[in-house]
Amino acid sequence: MPRTSSWGPPVLERGANAFRIVGRRVTNGVWRLGYASRFFLLTLTRSALSFRRFRGLTFREIYFAGVLSLIIIIVSGLFVGMVLGLQGYETLQKYGSSEAVGTLVALSLVRELGPVVSALLFASRAGSAMTAEIGLMKATEQISAMEMMAVDPIARVIGPRFWGGVLSMPLLAAIFSAMGVFGGYLITVVVIGVDEGAFWSQMQNAVDFRQDIVNGVIKSVVFGVAVTAIALFEGYDAPPTAEGVSGATTRTVVTSSLAILGLDFVLTAFMFKGI
Amino acid sequence: MDKTILDLWIGIFVTLGIAALFVLALKVGNASTTFNTGATYRIIADFDNIGGLKVRAPVKSAGVVVGRVDDIQFDNRKFVARVTMNVDRRYEFPKDTSVSILTSGLLGEQYIGLEAGGDSAMLKDGDALKLTQSAVVLEKLIGQFLYNKAAEGGAK
Repeated sequence: MPRTSSWGPPVLERGANAFRIVGRRVTNGVWRLGYASRFFLLTLTRSALSFRRFRGLTFREIYFAGVLSLIIIIVSGLFVGMVLGLQGYETLQKYGSSEAVGTLVALSLVRELGPVVSALLFASRAGSAMTAEIGLMKATEQISAMEMMAVDPIARVIGPRFWGGVLSMPLLAAIFSAMGVFGGYLITVVVIGVDEGAFWSQMQNAVDFRQDIVNGVIKSVVFGVAVTAIALFEGYDAPPTAEGVSGATTRTVVTSSLAILGLDFVLTAFMFKGI
Repeated sequence: MDKTILDLWIGIFVTLGIAALFVLALKVGNASTTFNTGATYRIIADFDNIGGLKVRAPVKSAGVVVGRVDDIQFDNRKFVARVTMNVDRRYEFPKDTSVSILTSGLLGEQYIGLEAGGDSAMLKDGDALKLTQSAVVLEKLIGQFLYNKAAEGGAK
């Protein structure tokens, strides 16, 4: 590096380089965060246009993001509920309160597992597909072509996918939780033989509509916004090469999974303190 | 993709999602009892010790849930806990009803038990109950037991 050679001895030079690497990382991170925020704001402000002009596209995206995720959500919800029922029964019957298994299954699903696991599945099932699709659109210059034809790519490509994902996520989480409770019911009441009346009544006593169910829905809406925004940004920002698109798809799954778990902690800390 | 098939699937998906929400609210949760909160009246009771009583704990009479705890405050002049309860308008209680904090099961949650008295006048909105019995604190109970045992031993 001839530009920085005036720094003196090579030891100092190497030390300065270490700081430069840290500095570049931080600058890049902040720059990307700012770019992502502006992209997100732009998506929101152009949503009106995409609703007015491309409403059919939003429905199409609900189909791709929501309807096609139904099978995986239903099957995994059922199995998660059945496992919770089995494990909960194993532990609770040691304390002679196996009827409380309904409470355990319903509370863990409605508060945590329903929103979180369905958002994780949604990120890997629909989020990665969105990133790959938009990355490839960019690589094949379809986005530039739209700009050439004076079609706003944010309103035409990003907006419908964003709202499709945000509208699908809470519905998927609700289906997941309901299937999980049904799975828990199947295992504990039908197979093991816990008393059915106690199962439902203890559950209804413990699960509060406002505190538990509405908070779960709020969580899933937040996760839906986070996952879809991350997936769309990664796709839009992907380098227009094969490696670029594959890297962006991987980053979508990793970043949105971490975002889901981090946001879940923050939301839980706000929602369930001292209750 | 054909427009009608798309619409059909989205319709099925949205209906399933909303149905799941309703199932969660009505079958799993307590929305069926949350929504008729309009028809309640408030009664107040002071306790020396509420133990582990929490807001939204059930208020029961003869084992039937008749209301919920609405609010718990500390009265800094009388140094007691002031508990406000919402009781369903369908149920009326005499003015000399006694109120106690009970525990469901050995380690269960605490709830409020109402025992009707013999007064002909009924409780109205905002009335305070005089006859209250605090929660049982395990340490005090054990202390009392040991004290009685010691007293018995001394008498022999």
